[in-house]
Amino acid sequence: MAKAAWLRRWTRSPASCDVRPPSAAARKARQTLVRFENVGMRYGAGREVLRDITMELAPGGFYFLTGPSGAGKSSLLKLIYLAERPSRGLITLFGRDLATTPRRELPALRRRIGVVFQDFRLIPHLSALDNVALPLRVAGHRDDRIRENVAELLRWVGLADELDAKPATLSGGQQQRVAIARAVVSKPSLLLADEPTGNVDDRIAARLLRLFEELNRQGTTIVVATHNEGMIARFAHTRLHLESGELTVVAPPRAAMPAAGAPA
Amino acid sequence: MTIGASRNGRGLDLPADGDGSGRFLPWLIGLMVYLAALALAGMMVLQGAIERWDSALAGTLTVQLPAGAGGNIEAVLALLRATPGVIRAEPLDAAANAALLEPWLGQGLAANELRLPRLIDLRVDPTRELDHSALAKRLAAVAPGARLDDNRGWLDRLFDIALAIELVAAAIVALVTGAAVMSIVFATRTGLAIHHGTVEVLHLIGAHDTFIATQFQWHALRLGLRGGVIGLVPAVLTLLVLGEAAGGAMPAGGVGALPSLTLTPADWGILLLLPVAAALTALSTARITVLRALARMP
Repeated sequence: MAKAAWLRRWTRSPASCDVRPPSAAARKARQTLVRFENVGMRYGAGREVLRDITMELAPGGFYFLTGPSGAGKSSLLKLIYLAERPSRGLITLFGRDLATTPRRELPALRRRIGVVFQDFRLIPHLSALDNVALPLRVAGHRDDRIRENVAELLRWVGLADELDAKPATLSGGQQQRVAIARAVVSKPSLLLADEPTGNVDDRIAARLLRLFEELNRQGTTIVVATHNEGMIARFAHTRLHLESGELTVVAPPRAAMPAAGAPA
Repeated sequence: MTIGASRNGRGLDLPADGDGSGRFLPWLIGLMVYLAALALAGMMVLQGAIERWDSALAGTLTVQLPAGAGGNIEAVLALLRATPGVIRAEPLDAAANAALLEPWLGQGLAANELRLPRLIDLRVDPTRELDHSALAKRLAAVAPGARLDDNRGWLDRLFDIALAIELVAAAIVALVTGAAVMSIVFATRTGLAIHHGTVEVLHLIGAHDTFIATQFQWHALRLGLRGGVIGLVPAVLTLLVLGEAAGGAMPAGGVGALPSLTLTPADWGILLLLPVAAALTALSTARITVLRALARMP
């Protein structure tokens, strides 16, 4: 996929043009996008599905989240995109301690996160265009601006002819691209993808990961939960491995990759 | 191609009309509005009747002389007319007596066929304090057996009965409002369950709770308004029929045992606002229900 105009505009976005030198605290907050400290999580009164998770995700990083089924990958992602609360431990997101952040301020944090759900979660009665437009409408953008950006983004993911199509009429791959478009349309600081390569062949999976890498080059931090060992080997990035609810960090094969992992 | 989600300018339209969650809600609300309209109309008619009775009897007293006490009437009249605060004292003639008895005994009554007490109609200055017991004693001295009736006793009993009826009507209005609110709560919860997936996605992409609640509240407003109209139309027809029947059952102008049972234009205005009240109740109930449900989400 060629670099689209909307992506170029994104690169030029003046959203972070602060010319004042940041304070040490601000620098520290900016340096860490997500921080987990001794985080545990259980559903109801069940067993702990995540135990003592301590990790940091740096801005601009690209991470694979791996582990066997039931290891807690989806639970970890849910904690990051604020679908669940930890049963213990401390989570800091975009410099905000979630334990002390008022509930009314959480939507603003969620808008900085794009999520590609495993089952896509497209809204069935809305067209592809309206599904992708949803995050912008929720954020209160004007309709004329939304139409322009969303149509262009859908063209970029190869769905120019399916703008008005309802999800039920799209193939699995097309639905996935709509889901990806919806996740990135609001230019999130953090993109989480839960098993995005699970239902596609290796060719499509590779194309998808190249798309994520392109977004990553524009500054978006990427976390991809996957079982696909071939893709993990082919795209060398830091690996967060979950096993029985416990996390280990495997450094990327290439030294140039962003640092991540548990603090020393 | 349109951004279908914004076609009404308020946000994403959940396909609530077709989900069945509110299919019966307009009919339930309609039934409640029908009952509330009748209860309210009853309250307003009764209130109006009591006010008309009260104002008609304000500043009036009646002196009742026993039958056969005709010789004392001039002395009684002289006493009354000399009493400070009495504006007018006039005895009722036979025709006026017959008119008073007509609702019970019918027309063609010959007053001399019955031993009727003589009645004297008194008009008093309502701004002056009249000592009723002192006047009654002076009357008894002039005409033994004479009674001074200020109408307050039976009017107070009437007020008590009217108050009891109004309380029952208010309770009916409160009950049907409560039932309507519960119906809306259950319909909204059903809608939330049906659209749980959509609601969760909206929540996770950063929608504020009020944005999601707005989806449901406008739907509830439409259902409430529809239900209000469904209930009001038969209620108005019922009241018109009842008014016509009551008008035919009593003398013109409401003279007689009962005053005129009619609604004023202001009363009709209040009744016509019922669909709006139902719609606003539905809107606020749905909004609160959704906000409370969303508050349980992380």
